[in-house]
Amino acid sequence: MNSGDTAWVLTASALVLLMTIPGLAFFYGGLVRRKNVLSILMQCFIIVCVVSLQWMLFGYSLAFGPDFHGIIGKLDWLGLAGVGSLPNPDYSKGIPHYAFMIFQAMFAIITPALIIGAYAERVKFSAFLVFTLLWTTFVYDPLAHWVWGVGGWMRNLGALDFAGGIVVHVSSGISALVLALLLGKRIGYNHRPIRPHNLPFTVLGAALLWFGWFGFNAGSALAADGLAANAFVTTHMATAAAGLTWALVEWWHNGTPTILGAATGAVAGLVAVTPACGFVNPMNAMFIGMIVAVVCYLAVAIIKSKLGYDDSLDAFGVHGVGGTVGTIATGLFAEKAVNAAGANGLFFGNAHQLYVQSLSLLVAVGFAVIMTFIIFKIVDAIMGMRVEEHNEIVGLDLTQQSEAAYTVIE
Amino acid sequence: MKLIIAIIQPHKLEAVKRELEAVDVNLMTVSNVLGQGRQKGVTEIYRGAKEAGGLLNKIRLDIAVNEDFVEPTIKAITKGSHTGSVGDGKIFVVELAECIRISSGERGGVAIG
Repeated sequence: MNSGDTAWVLTASALVLLMTIPGLAFFYGGLVRRKNVLSILMQCFIIVCVVSLQWMLFGYSLAFGPDFHGIIGKLDWLGLAGVGSLPNPDYSKGIPHYAFMIFQAMFAIITPALIIGAYAERVKFSAFLVFTLLWTTFVYDPLAHWVWGVGGWMRNLGALDFAGGIVVHVSSGISALVLALLLGKRIGYNHRPIRPHNLPFTVLGAALLWFGWFGFNAGSALAADGLAANAFVTTHMATAAAGLTWALVEWWHNGTPTILGAATGAVAGLVAVTPACGFVNPMNAMFIGMIVAVVCYLAVAIIKSKLGYDDSLDAFGVHGVGGTVGTIATGLFAEKAVNAAGANGLFFGNAHQLYVQSLSLLVAVGFAVIMTFIIFKIVDAIMGMRVEEHNEIVGLDLTQQSEAAYTVIE
Repeated sequence: MKLIIAIIQPHKLEAVKRELEAVDVNLMTVSNVLGQGRQKGVTEIYRGAKEAGGLLNKIRLDIAVNEDFVEPTIKAITKGSHTGSVGDGKIFVVELAECIRISSGERGGVAIG
């Protein structure tokens, strides 16, 4: 066991928690109308509580427990039985098994929280809770096992996903699109974003996401070593490139750069570099950031308004599309010179890696779409996923939580 | 008695207040309001989507005065807020049926000042 590695992974775990609360909570919270901001904060906060317990009780065992035919973990580690203070060499020799488990718990937390962006401002809280628990159990846990679990079939196939491009961002992003389509548009939505109620919140949230993401990506090295430094630097450069590129693109397209644009671009850059950060060099990370900013801008600003679905806060446009760009880009820019345990991508003479990345992506998308559809239909039939029209108009803060974020009169 | 309602540019509030105090008009109600006139509001952009017709911030003053203060009040507001360009605002003057000072119960012109 290595004390430096342990210190870093525990610190990184706390950084990843910071991404969900308050990072994502404020990023999303600022984007909704003032009558719904507490609903976003509540959803993010309660996901931390619910998924943490799910992870301890059975989620961690499903995702990382002893393999069952490459598709799921066995239930040997229920209630963290057998998961202790000593390392599990299958995942890392240098850190306690507990440290690996709690680091992964933070990933299981943020993934369903990302989906909030698609159903914001119209989901019923009770149905959201049940959906989140089912989705984490039947979509996230199996996917995490496939890609990261020892014996998982995508891991054995050689798919590269350093910190969760497929597992976290593609899975949540594509599920978000399915939910946006099934749930329908918000009342009054007319193919255009509804004006955000507090952009400073959103920028604060984006900055906290950027900060916490160093734990997410560099922590995924599971050691305080050169690979962690590589992931840290590539993460930062891709994000800087994406934030600048988005601002420049909209300056050219709309006549002015916006802070919401720069922040959104930066988050898209963070998403895209996530699968790649431990396999690519900093210059190529910059190119990944530039590419994803342009692609996500097209998805969010042009394609979404033409198609007319209401992905309220662009969970699909940023995380689904950005995760896809990152997963494919990993198949292009990955090089063994950066990470000997990885593989070369197409640009380093290995077309096969691009095939593996694309196949893993397609299977993950197909799986998430089907499972999200089924879970939605079940929950919707039993309790109804959407709030009543009157409640949506009054706002979720007052109707789902009986509280208001702001007083207008003393 | 008249009720004078003025819609002015927010950055002119201090100047208008100074001019009003100079003609001994000290009582007023001030509110933040949104509106648009011949300027047709502003364009806002959120994630690449342009939103024309956003409303502009304005300040609204409500001032109740007796007849001999009407013209001085109008002149003071105009002097404090005039620049000569669109967006300077408007002044509305309406008849005021009654005025009651809550603390003393006084009514009419004596209750205004």
